[in-house]
Amino acid sequence: MSPSASLREIALTPVRVVMGLIDAPLRALQKRTGLSGMALFFLAPNMLIFGIFVLLPLAINFVYSLTGGSALFLPDRSYVGGNQYERLFDCSSYLDPLTCQEDAFWTAVSNTFWFVVLQVTFMILAALVTALILNRNLAARSFWRAVFFFPVLLSPVVVGLIWRWILQRQGLLNFILYPFGVEPYTWLTDRMWSFTAAVGVSLWAHMGFYALILLAGLQAIPKDLYEAADMDGTRPARVFWRITLPLLMPNLIVVIVLALIRSVQVFDEVYILTGGGPGTSTLFLTQYIYETGFVSQPRNPGLAAAASILMGLVLVVLTLLQLGLGRRGENKGKR
Amino acid sequence: MRMRVIPLLTSATLALLTSTAAYAGDVRIMWYSDGIEGEVLQDLMNRFKQQNPNINVIIDNVAYGVIKEQLPIQLEAGNGPDIARVTALKDLSRHWLDLRPLVSDPAYWDTNFGAQADWMRPDGSKQISGFMTQITLTGGFANKTLFEQAGVPLPGKDATWDDWAAAAKKVAQSQQIPFAMALDRSGHRITAPNLSFGANYVGADGKPALLDKGAKDFITKFVGWTQDGTMSKDVWVSAAGQTYRAAADDFINAQLAFYYSGSWQVPNFSTKIGNTFDWVATGSPCGPAACTGMPGGAGLVAIKYTKNPTEVAKVMEYLASEPVVKEFSERTLFIPAHKGVIDKGDLSFKSDNPMVKAALNTFVEATKTTSASAQKMPGWRWADTVYGAMVARVAQVVAGELKLDDAFTRIDADVAKKVKDSGL
Amino acid sequence: MGRTIGFILRRRGGKFWHWTDIVTWVWLIGGLLIMFGPALWLIFSSFKTPAALAEFPPSILPYASQQVTVQGYDKPLVLYDVTLPDGTTKKLAEVRRIGLFSQMVDPQTPGEPIRVSINDRKPVRALSFATENYTEPFVHFDFFRYLGNSVFVTVMATLITLVVNSMAAFALSKYEFRGRSFAMLIILATLMVPLSVIMVPLYSIISTLGLFNNLWGVILPTVATPTGVFILRQYMLTIPDELIDAARMDKASEWQIYWRIVLPLTAPALAVLAIFSVVWRWNDFLWPLIVLSRKELYTLQVGLSIYSGELNVQWHFILSMTVVTMIPVVLVFIFLQRFITTGIAGTGLK
Repeated sequence: MSPSASLREIALTPVRVVMGLIDAPLRALQKRTGLSGMALFFLAPNMLIFGIFVLLPLAINFVYSLTGGSALFLPDRSYVGGNQYERLFDCSSYLDPLTCQEDAFWTAVSNTFWFVVLQVTFMILAALVTALILNRNLAARSFWRAVFFFPVLLSPVVVGLIWRWILQRQGLLNFILYPFGVEPYTWLTDRMWSFTAAVGVSLWAHMGFYALILLAGLQAIPKDLYEAADMDGTRPARVFWRITLPLLMPNLIVVIVLALIRSVQVFDEVYILTGGGPGTSTLFLTQYIYETGFVSQPRNPGLAAAASILMGLVLVVLTLLQLGLGRRGENKGKR
Repeated sequence: MRMRVIPLLTSATLALLTSTAAYAGDVRIMWYSDGIEGEVLQDLMNRFKQQNPNINVIIDNVAYGVIKEQLPIQLEAGNGPDIARVTALKDLSRHWLDLRPLVSDPAYWDTNFGAQADWMRPDGSKQISGFMTQITLTGGFANKTLFEQAGVPLPGKDATWDDWAAAAKKVAQSQQIPFAMALDRSGHRITAPNLSFGANYVGADGKPALLDKGAKDFITKFVGWTQDGTMSKDVWVSAAGQTYRAAADDFINAQLAFYYSGSWQVPNFSTKIGNTFDWVATGSPCGPAACTGMPGGAGLVAIKYTKNPTEVAKVMEYLASEPVVKEFSERTLFIPAHKGVIDKGDLSFKSDNPMVKAALNTFVEATKTTSASAQKMPGWRWADTVYGAMVARVAQVVAGELKLDDAFTRIDADVAKKVKDSGL
Repeated sequence: MGRTIGFILRRRGGKFWHWTDIVTWVWLIGGLLIMFGPALWLIFSSFKTPAALAEFPPSILPYASQQVTVQGYDKPLVLYDVTLPDGTTKKLAEVRRIGLFSQMVDPQTPGEPIRVSINDRKPVRALSFATENYTEPFVHFDFFRYLGNSVFVTVMATLITLVVNSMAAFALSKYEFRGRSFAMLIILATLMVPLSVIMVPLYSIISTLGLFNNLWGVILPTVATPTGVFILRQYMLTIPDELIDAARMDKASEWQIYWRIVLPLTAPALAVLAIFSVVWRWNDFLWPLIVLSRKELYTLQVGLSIYSGELNVQWHFILSMTVVTMIPVVLVFIFLQRFITTGIAGTGLK
């Protein structure tokens, strides 16, 4: 037995003892409540913590959205009914954000929409390509895996800072491009470029995460399936569409769901990278909510809460759609 | 893993139990630093602790963001430190402790810090909330070396904004630098020239007035400058909303001939520019109405939710005492608020860089000639509201998202909304 | 040697480079540059002085101008390459600069200062690491205290996350009960709630529970991660129900099934979640900033934020401390990443 294995034995012994001790009362519980009771028992700790620290604040947030004033805590706030929602929807033309009373909110909505569409598409593509490549018979595979995963280890604040330095006029990119005859350019002050940078940097920061999940899925595909296909002389493209992709489906769905959700929440790294500028071209919903609720003077937590409730509603609809999609995918995955 | 976790857990729990209880005599100071002032404060407090061993002063160094965004939440919940270094002095003034009955000599505070007392107390009150750790004043900096190389004389003391723009533009063209001038992305900064152009933000009822001709004049000029390349638009478009952005790095790299910022840049320039080029503080350029800069700064205030008000008052008295203020200012290169210290005029700033001393003296001089309307702004409740709306909208114009006239309407509308939101 | 190269450049069969080989290597090399480049630059930059950080054009490696001590001058002088009027270049030390001209002396033969136009001189620069960026924060920065707090928060949060999430995922994947879809829907829907949106209500709850200025106030709100439940559930769905049924036949209790059968089989997913949990909790910033306002409770991320002031940010310290805080996560990743792939291969799934 290797020393590390015996070490693991030693470390695991107390865990075993504890687990064994827990087992006796749980058996009694199981006798009393049956299987469904046990299901609830397993679910309970998570849901309890979840209820207190996520659901309850969400519910309170809804109450906030019905109040006005700049006070932060509920007892000091006055009830205003649907005024905050009315204000968000007060537009003379719904096609042009600038005609709305809260023009920044609608600009943020449309920016977020485009960001999600672009970022998720490129994210899935890039992660898939990376996973397929890392799944090949490469030398030093764990090194390459680490290369692509590395940015995930960085905090969003650091990610935003690094790239701001690279992209500013006095940054690394201009320095690298200068010998090729490209005049120093302020990438982040151009509307198109700064949006591209926002998408690109969030790709950079999170792609490894999704590639890893896809890679795990690829490696779980039995090799004999490929060997069989190889013997039949199936064309590689066909192997990909017929074997790889269907078997990867469960992981792909995890990736799509997570990528979508994360991209809607985009905040930290872009906030530090562009601050929402130039103008409001990279102002996203979370930043709008954060600034309305906490930064602007005086704060308006009610309006921020109303905006977040609207955002939440859209997200629930998205989730429902995905859940339906996911169920079909799961069935496929199980064959 | 788990075996190591258990002792860690117990010891940490013990630590938590003991640390959450506030001992009698504990005084916690929440402090943020732009430079070395945190270390200087620590040093001063160590000395205080030796004289007062029964008062345990703990300095919680934090990011400025904590002071700006998190401290208000704590204060509204009745939590928070005992003393804090704050910039939103007026806005949060209902949380400050009145030191008047607690300090031994209120008259000392009134004479020496009276000029800024209104900045940090509720309107109409006479309370002593604290004192300014430093006074800042906005003003310009010129890269003297660039001017000399271009053969352009530095505009004199009464030069107008147009004079500076013309001169800086000549320098920029001759020296091939990307921009002639820059102004920080901040409502406070742009207010200085606005006031010099005759703007008045305060209405008859004390609430914000509509944008007047003075403000519109300068903003129009400013936007024009960003469009013809006289003024750098980089900092203005580098964020949305009211985020503060400074153009200091461009000036440090000799990319700007003239930079309008403020006195707090002096220590920063001293470390980062060193001897690379000569720079001078120029004071504020003139407009048709005045040549004023905008005062400001951070204040140290006592918080009324403290459990140890007597100890807090002792700490505040020590920090506000004349020798301590003098030493603090000399070491941090800050302009003191203390009237006695300024009037004596024997401050010897701790720097071996002659440009630093000259610049600081320029600013100390300029504090004496700040216009009355500018003096009032820090104590005006709605100042930040107007600044915020102005920055957000002017930046949109600079970025080409909004027309100037629309921006003016939007600024008025935004400010009106905010006033209504606050329920006053 | 030849064999190593052959191994490294192994291709998809055949003698010729298949297009996928080209794509692979372009992708890998490009990835190496884009993914590692910025981080390397960050590390090099963390050794630069404040002045060098603000400089353009930026250098990749940290350089500092060389100084020499010259006889007759108290302070070390900065060394310059000077182009003299006769076209020759010489190394001279600058005594002082007045306007457009600088007075310089020859360090070897310090005599009468020479007047040189500032455009004719260039500082002599050498590689130099500003290690004080690292050492100084350790003096007036309670590094080990913050490290301890960070480790405590990360370890506790990760352990609780793994236990609580895996239990919930087990219930949601292996039991049929009323309200299962509803529970799943709630978990998924709240996956999407960004913290900044529920900050104030959450703060009131933490405050009411007395967890303000308490490390548990940082740990608890984060442990019931919907993402974790989601990943684990998706993975557990692939564990065949027959295994569980067989165990039930053998009179195993549900708890035994959970920790003896399901948990070991979920090991790869648990490793993935452990990595993410460690990374997330280690890098958590906004929430600890709100809950912890006493320095003895700071985590590293909160601690290093004290260098951002109102009007000035001390980048040199932030960079160096960022590099230091990155080290533990990188170590954890190197240690755990083996489990992800070996785990998958070993469980014999599917």
